[in-house]
This record gives sequence, C-alpha cells and structure tokens, in this order.
Amino acid sequence: MRAKSILTLCDGPTCIHKNSRVIREALEAEICKHGLSEEVGIHLSGCLGMCSKGPILIINPGYTIYGGITVEDIPEIVQEHLVHRQPVARLVVQEDHLYNRFFRIFGDVDFFGRQMRIALRNCGIIDPESIDDYLSVRGYEALAKVLTGMSPREVIAEVKKAGLRGRGGAGFPTGLKWDITARETSDEKYVICNADEGDPGAFMDRSAIEGDPHTVLEGITIGGYAIGAVKGIVYIRAEYPLAIKRLEKAIAAARENGLLGNNILGSNFSFDIEIRLGAGAFVCGEETALIHSIEGRRGMPTPRPPYPSVKGLFGKPTLINNVETWANIPVIILDGGEWFSTVGTETSKGTKVFALAGKVHNTGLIEVPMGTTLREIIYDIGGGIPDGKKFKAVQTGGPSGGCLPEDYLDTQIDYESLAAAGSIMGSGGMIVIDEDSCMVNLAKFFLEFTQDESCGKCTPCRGGTKRMLEILTRITEGNGKEGDIEKLERLGNMIRKASLCGLGQSAPNPVLSTLKNFRHEYEEHIYQKKCRAGICSNLVTYEITEKCIGCGACRRVCPVNAIAGKRQEQHVINQETCIKCGQCFTTCKFDAIVKA
Amino acid sequence: MSEITQEKLDQIKTYINRIKQQPYPGSYLIAVLHRVQGMFGYVPREIMDVVAEEMNIPTAHIWGVATFYHYFNLKPIGKHVVSVCMGTACYVKGADDVLQALKRELGVKVGQTTEDRLFTLQEARCLGACGIAPVIMIDDKIYGELTAKSVVELIHRYRKAAGEKTA
Ligand SMILES: Cc1cc2nc3c(=O)[nH]c(=O)nc-3n(C[C@H](O)[C@H](O)[C@H](O)COP(=O)(O)O)c2cc1C
Ligand code: FES
Repeated sequence: MRAKSILTLCDGPTCIHKNSRVIREALEAEICKHGLSEEVGIHLSGCLGMCSKGPILIINPGYTIYGGITVEDIPEIVQEHLVHRQPVARLVVQEDHLYNRFFRIFGDVDFFGRQMRIALRNCGIIDPESIDDYLSVRGYEALAKVLTGMSPREVIAEVKKAGLRGRGGAGFPTGLKWDITARETSDEKYVICNADEGDPGAFMDRSAIEGDPHTVLEGITIGGYAIGAVKGIVYIRAEYPLAIKRLEKAIAAARENGLLGNNILGSNFSFDIEIRLGAGAFVCGEETALIHSIEGRRGMPTPRPPYPSVKGLFGKPTLINNVETWANIPVIILDGGEWFSTVGTETSKGTKVFALAGKVHNTGLIEVPMGTTLREIIYDIGGGIPDGKKFKAVQTGGPSGGCLPEDYLDTQIDYESLAAAGSIMGSGGMIVIDEDSCMVNLAKFFLEFTQDESCGKCTPCRGGTKRMLEILTRITEGNGKEGDIEKLERLGNMIRKASLCGLGQSAPNPVLSTLKNFRHEYEEHIYQKKCRAGICSNLVTYEITEKCIGCGACRRVCPVNAIAGKRQEQHVINQETCIKCGQCFTTCKFDAIVKA
Repeated sequence: MSEITQEKLDQIKTYINRIKQQPYPGSYLIAVLHRVQGMFGYVPREIMDVVAEEMNIPTAHIWGVATFYHYFNLKPIGKHVVSVCMGTACYVKGADDVLQALKRELGVKVGQTTEDRLFTLQEARCLGACGIAPVIMIDDKIYGELTAKSVVELIHRYRKAAGEKTA
C-alpha cells in the first residue's frame, strides 16, 4: 500500500490574499485529472506563520514546504511530486530551519519559535482519529524499521545512545531500564504506559494521547519488541474520556492494519495492547501502586527492590514508562539516537513538554529543548505576567516539586539544574505565580493534596503530613507560634527520609522550598500576623475608602451586619464583628473596599 | 438511572463471564466497578455482593477497593454533578472563592448531594482546562473563567432548566 499524500494548504488571510483559494481549485482539478483523488487528501490550515513566503503548501509524507506558488506551477507539482514522488526543488522554501524536521512549519512566532516539538510533533497537525493521517507523517515507519532490520539489542542500544530519560518525573535513563528488563528471563513480560497523570495542574499526557495516540502505541510496541513482551497495557485516568476513546479507536485501527496482534507486519513478533482505567488515586501514578491497581487491588505502593523490571505485573518482569517517554521512541528510532542526543544539555537530552498555566499571558502546552531557561519559557513563550502584576514564583513538579523565586529565572530546564535550585523537573506542570498569591497558603494547598492522597500505609507520610498540615493551618489562621518554622523543617526532613514511596518522600518539598525561598512570608504570618497577598482571611482587614458612594450594596450583603452607613455617605466596617468573609469586597462595584 | 433491574444484573453477569475467559480475571475488578458505576451512577452495596459472587472475590475485598479510589461513589448522586477544579492553576486563580460560593448556594459540603437530588458537589483535580481557570464541570460541560458571582448565576440557570422540565 502506498501511503496517502496529505496536502496542507495555508488558508490564512495573507495566503488567501495571495490567491491560495484559486490554487486550491487548480490543485483539486489537477489531482482529479491524474486520477489521484483516492490517494491524496487536501487539508486547509490556519495561518502557518510564514506569511512572507505565501501562498504555502505543505506535502506529507516528507514535510516538503512549497512557497510562492502560482496556478501555473500546479501541474508540475502534481506530476512530479504526487505521481513521481519527487519534490519540485525550485519551489521548495529554503530557510534555515530552527532544528531538523521538527516544527519548522510554525515559522518564527515567539510562542512557537522557541519550541521544538518531538513528542508532540503531530499534535494539531494530523487528525488523531485517522491512522492514514498518522501513516502519512512517517507513522509506524519506526516500527517497520525495527521489525525488519534491528535486533532487540540494537533497539536498546539506540535508546541508550539517545540519552532519553524518563519523563514521568524521576528521570531514570530509559535505555538502561529497557536493558535491565530485557535481561530478565521469563516466559511472560509486560510493558506499561503510565498515563495516570496525577499532578493537579498538568495535562501533558492527556494532550499527547488526544492529539496523536498512534505515536504512543508505536512507542509501546517497539518497547515490547525490545524487551520481549507479548502484552502492553495503558493505564489511564478515568477522568480522561476523550483520550480513552481515541486510544480505543487507535488500537482497533492498528489491529485492523496488522500493526498489533499476531505476526506484526509479517514478522514473527506478536504483541497486543489493552487499556486499563484508573479510578482517581494520585498514588496510583507511582509504579508499584499502579501495578497493584492493574491487578485489581487497592493501589498501595510496595518497597523497591524488587523493581518492576524484575518483579512487576503479576509478578513478571515489567517495563513501565510515561506517555511522553513513549512518544519520543519512534523519533529516536527513525532519526537515530545520535541526532536525538544533540538536542538538550549534557545530562538531559531531547525536549520536555510543560503545561504552562497560572498567571501568564499564554497558557497552554509547550515543548522546549532541555536547557531552555525558565525566563525564556515564562516571558518569551508565555508572554509574561498579565495585568501589570509582579512575578513572584514559578512552581514546577506539582505536589512533589518546589517554588522558585525571581533569582532562579535563569535556571535551565534539566533534571540536575532544577533539582539543584530546589525544585524538580517533575512530569511537566509549570504554574506561574504572581504577587496575589500567598506562598504559605500555596504550600498548605499542596500539602492538603498529598495528605489527602496519602494511602496511609506508612506512618511518616500518613501522620507526618497531618502534623505539618496542622502547623500550616495554624500559621495561615494567624495562630502561628515561635518555633513553628523549625518544627516544619524538622518534620519535613524526617518525612522525606523515612517514607515508603515517592509520594511521602516528596510531599514536604513544596513546604521546604517555600521555607527556603519565601521564609519572610512565613515570618510575617507568625510574628506580624500579616499576609502580604491578602489571601489568608484571618490576617486580612477590610476597610472602606473615600471612593465609597454609599450605595449600600456591601451593607446588604454582609452576613453579620458589620457594615453601617447612611445612603450616599461613606460606610464603615466594624472590625470587631467582621468575620472577614470577603463578600463586601467582591460585591463592591466601585473598588471602594480594600484589603489591608 | 439508579434502580436495580434484572436486565442490568444480567448485563453485569455477562460482562463478568466474558472477563473470566481472560488470564488473571481478578485483575478486572476495577473495570467491573467502572461498569457498575456507569450503569447506576454509583456502586450499590447490593451489587458488590453480586460481583463478589460472580467473580469469586470476598465482598470485603471489593469494599476495600471501592472505598480506596475516589472515583467510585458509594451513594446515589444528584441529577447534575458539579465538579470544582481544585488543581493548582485554578487554585492560583481563585478556585476557592468559587467553591465557597457553591457551597453557600447549594447548602452542601463537598461530596454531598442537595436535598432535591439535583446537584452533587465534588472537587476535581485539574480538568485539563487550566488556560481558562478557574474551571468547573457540570456533568460533561466545562465552564471557565468563573467568579463567585458568575458561578451562582450558572447554578440558577440549571435550576431554572430543571424547574421548567418538571413543571
Ligand atoms: C506519588 C507518585 C506519583 C507519580 N505519578 C506519576 C504519573 O502520574 N505519571 C507518570 O508517568 N509517572 C508518575 N510517577 C513516576 C512513576 O513511579 C514512574 O517512575 C514512571 O512512570 C516511570 O516512567 P518514566 O521512566 O518514563 O518516567 C509517580 C511517582 C510517584 C512517587
Ligand atoms: S488546574 Fe483547573 S483545569 Fe487545570
């Protein structure tokens, strides 16, 4: 079967102005004339950002970009490129592309220009529910290459050469993990894709699966071949119905096309993939807990060793990797580990996907080469902080990570640098925080999360986080005492060392990192009974300023009748009765009520 | 949707019989519970006994599993499930105000159902719509960029729609 050609014609305003619509009609007519309608699909795209070179036509497979084409060029393009598969060199846009073949089509818009998409290379570009679309962008070519010409050892060697490290958080070298699992002898081995994505504030894995499910399946299948497994399992959160649906559809299409099942692509390798749903427990992202959950039990972690690579699912050697880790595999096979290792820093190769959110202009999913600085991400890609507010901190790694202040903005994204700065790479959550957030309260927020998600198996995590939370609650309520900071530090370090699994070991991180970088905020809460962001309600006083026109809205909404004042005269709040619920503050239409 | 009928029982039994053909059938317990919740909106205690019998697993074990995972409801839920995202992005952008407003408006705590069985209030963790934080989900619909005020208006709209239907 010949892969279908996919033509993407830019339908942005500039290209339309430059006649792209007439070109489209000419293309359709010419394709029809050659009887290629079945083999060629034409898509329109939004502005591709290369307006100066328009009209732009991209042909896949091959990512050939034509620019400045006219109706007269169409017969030549169809004849040469679509029939003979020879790109028409004189019409190809010549440009110094940022990198290799990835992300060139997005030109030099800052949001995209600093990005490089390897794991997300097809997201937003192909139709995720169409296996033909995936095939047209070299889909399953890596699998074919592996099955026809590479031994499992060679596959593992390639992944090792790439220097890929786990994207689920811990950054364990992927090639090494594959190697260890491959060396185990067993008649039954498993491959697992961890799509549990528990970090509250992150959605990288979900988007990767929703945008390009086949890449993940292809990666898993290659992994299965490399370690000698017969079955792969995707463990995915039940909260992701669309991702689940697309995965199911992709698995069915892969089976139909002989890309899963018995004797894949005519080789003697047989492999199948099954989906298992999680049920809303953060700890199930931890690999041993996840395995127990697949086995139909409570998702409680067990001590390692034995590692899953030795004794995993159903007691058999099991290879477990994160979604994004898997999505990198087909590229490493096709473009070579050597090329992959040219992207990134000394110890961290390739790219990392982040879910950028919080107080930044451009929120969304980004993929950047390792080594990009936090400043570049927040200010160049993210467009800075909205509403003229001041940057306060950036949080990475979710409930297991830390908060970095302004001084650390030039930190490079890689496993070691982020750890040295006092945070972690994590799975990719990145939340920007401005002066309106209280760091003590934020630390409390994360601890509430981990405390709630603690499975209760080990005492340091179960009891320790509870004690820490009590202290934090006390501080935010204005009852902090001398010695509380030291107690938090002592408890935190103890929990870090003594907990059974990564959940407990990392639970104190948000508290410890804010204690390190924002200690003054804790001190203000404890000693001056002050919350500079005005978040901790007990530490806030509301006052009515002379902006008040005496409309009475606040007086009516106050649940404890603490506000008094005559019509059309400035009102006052009785601080004794005020319960600091903040309703007057949200109700006032004239910004006359201030927090102090 | 929450009544237990013979037809639903048969469906569960058929599903379990299919699972029994697979290797490691016990590992499908969570999948079975997902099915059950999909049918009834929650996991009824009586059905746990049926599953226990069919799968040959003690009810105590099933109970242990069902209570461990947040996703499973053990009590019937309201007509509309209101999930307030308490993920980090939403939290930073004021999700707590939204949640407090909802608690006040509905008169229930998180995890509870209103007396008229119209709403169940839940917390969610990152609905993946951080760009429009703070976010809530009512059934399958996402509402973003909410404030304490606009969320109350939203509830009024749902109440009104429900009132019109029953009237
Ligand atoms: C509490 C906890 C939660 C975790 N959650 C996830 C998760 O949601 N997704 C994930 O891929 N890995 C998660 N991990 C890491 C996994 O245990 C495991 O290291 C990872 O799936 C291995 O894949 P990788 O090497 O490709 O990163 C979590 C670990 C801990 C301790
Ligand atoms: S944190 Fe609310 S949608 Fe992501």
